[in-house]
Amino acid sequence: MSGPDTSLWFAARTSRSFVLGATLTGFFAAVALVSLFWTPYDVTVLDIAGKLQGFSPAHPLGTDHLGRDMVAMVMVGAQTSIAVAFVAVGIGVGFGVPLGLMAAANRRTLFDEIIMRANDLIFAFPALLIAIMITAIFGPGAINAIIAIGIFNIPVFARLARGGALSLWTRDFVMAARVAGKNKAKISFEHILPNITNLLIVQGTIQFSLGILAEAALSYLGLGAQPPLPSWGRMLADAQTMISFAPHMALVPGLAIVFTVLGLNLMGDGLRDIFDPRLRRSRQ
Amino acid sequence: MLTFVAGRFVSLCLSLIVASIVIFIVIEVVPGDPAALMLGLNAQPDTIAALRDQLGLDAPPFIRYFSWIFGLLSGDFGISYTYRVPVSDLIGDRLWVSVPLAIYALLLSTIVAFAAGLLAAIRRNSGADLSIMGVTQLGVAVPNFWFAMLLVLVFAIWLRWFSAGGFPGWDAGFWPAIKALTLPAIALALPQASILARVMRSSLIDTLDEDYIRTARAKGLTRAQVLWRHALRNALIPVLTILGLQFSFLLAGAIVIENVFFLPGLGRLVFQGITQRDLIVVKSVVMILVFAVILVTFLVDLAYGAADPRLRKNR
Repeated sequence: MSGPDTSLWFAARTSRSFVLGATLTGFFAAVALVSLFWTPYDVTVLDIAGKLQGFSPAHPLGTDHLGRDMVAMVMVGAQTSIAVAFVAVGIGVGFGVPLGLMAAANRRTLFDEIIMRANDLIFAFPALLIAIMITAIFGPGAINAIIAIGIFNIPVFARLARGGALSLWTRDFVMAARVAGKNKAKISFEHILPNITNLLIVQGTIQFSLGILAEAALSYLGLGAQPPLPSWGRMLADAQTMISFAPHMALVPGLAIVFTVLGLNLMGDGLRDIFDPRLRRSRQ
Repeated sequence: MLTFVAGRFVSLCLSLIVASIVIFIVIEVVPGDPAALMLGLNAQPDTIAALRDQLGLDAPPFIRYFSWIFGLLSGDFGISYTYRVPVSDLIGDRLWVSVPLAIYALLLSTIVAFAAGLLAAIRRNSGADLSIMGVTQLGVAVPNFWFAMLLVLVFAIWLRWFSAGGFPGWDAGFWPAIKALTLPAIALALPQASILARVMRSSLIDTLDEDYIRTARAKGLTRAQVLWRHALRNALIPVLTILGLQFSFLLAGAIVIENVFFLPGLGRLVFQGITQRDLIVVKSVVMILVFAVILVTFLVDLAYGAADPRLRKNR
């Protein structure tokens, strides 16, 4: 190989945002994975005698009001946060992208208009309001939190896919594919989709981090994950009444949320720069 | 301009109608029997029958829908099942907490974001710029309710400057009420201010690179004059967009923050409505919140049309 290294991999390694963000994100993903097989203590076993301990060699991050080890709680809580946000982004991509692509392929038709109006409508319902309505009817739970955040993600991806696709439909290579006799669905998936993947990945990281924040807020309000499923949001709800004498109970899960979300956001920024070098130059 | 406003107004009304149908279907049709849901598993059949009668549930859904809508239009929101008072009274009281809180938070975040974004943009790549961008990156990542808990820990428990929650009411005087809303408003404003400051910075940087700015400088205006007369006004358009979009996040944030500080606002009302399964309250409060979001979107659209005539046609 000769000449300057222009590969994506090189751009990734030299982007400070991406390296820092990917490291943080990777760390919490690894924590969640490890917790599937091993945690320092069992989070379902209570030890009332050892409750509310501060930092110590036996419990590096202390124990909570029921004597559970905070390291183990944060590890298992990572599973809930990541799983909820991941599935919610999946719902957004799975429904939103095909809808957006179809709307762009049938531009200025009734179908396009209906899709875009429906999107506007969902935007009027913040994820929390959707969750409130779902919870009022079906009761609280992690699944309902996933559905609420997922529904909110659909218009985000539909709009992004439609916007990206619209500009591609005017390009020569798409025209060539139409002349070759491919139908709209085939063009959308073979020619349009691969060209908007970068956009979708960047938005996916951002929605992932918003999903983690939303899950934390819902669980904090008692509308998300229910006991005994540990969740960062619920740990914060438990910590609130004890904040004056056990601030570590609030600090530990809060920092876990901050670092995960920060990692995802930095990774999203980094990816945006890597995928679009023009942007990188104009920003400096 | 008139056709533009009329067009936007028709779409405002359509959105409201569809939103109300969605809310009605989710809360009154999906559960099957809302009365049984409200009363729980151990309810006696005759209590359920009485509630069904009170709610008029024996009428067909579309009649119930229209009586709900006409009620809303004439200010009759029904009687809360748990509080036994008209929902409109409950909402009226709570608005006096939620609306000032939202305005307070919006003002705080706009002022802070404006100053920080401006400083970061004109001192691009300086230490000040980097630290402002670092803080905003953190501000976006911090859950506002956790930030609220930290504020309580520091300013209410350790320093004792503020109370940890509750609201004395506006009867107690203007300053005590504002004081009670200060920590909640700061907690609400942090993420909003962070996003706004970033948008403000990048928008201003883009504008300052434009040719007409160079022209203005070339004809002898000072940097400050160019900034105030030419750059800021154009840079504010994207900022306005984000401000409009943020309103729904501010609203959602308020629901959580009101619960952290035990503020008797709309957010707390709807949350209590859920825990007490008071669907009458939930239905109307959700409708009001959605109405607020749709109305703000409408106003932002109008503001655009006024600021940029090109946008009137494209829509």
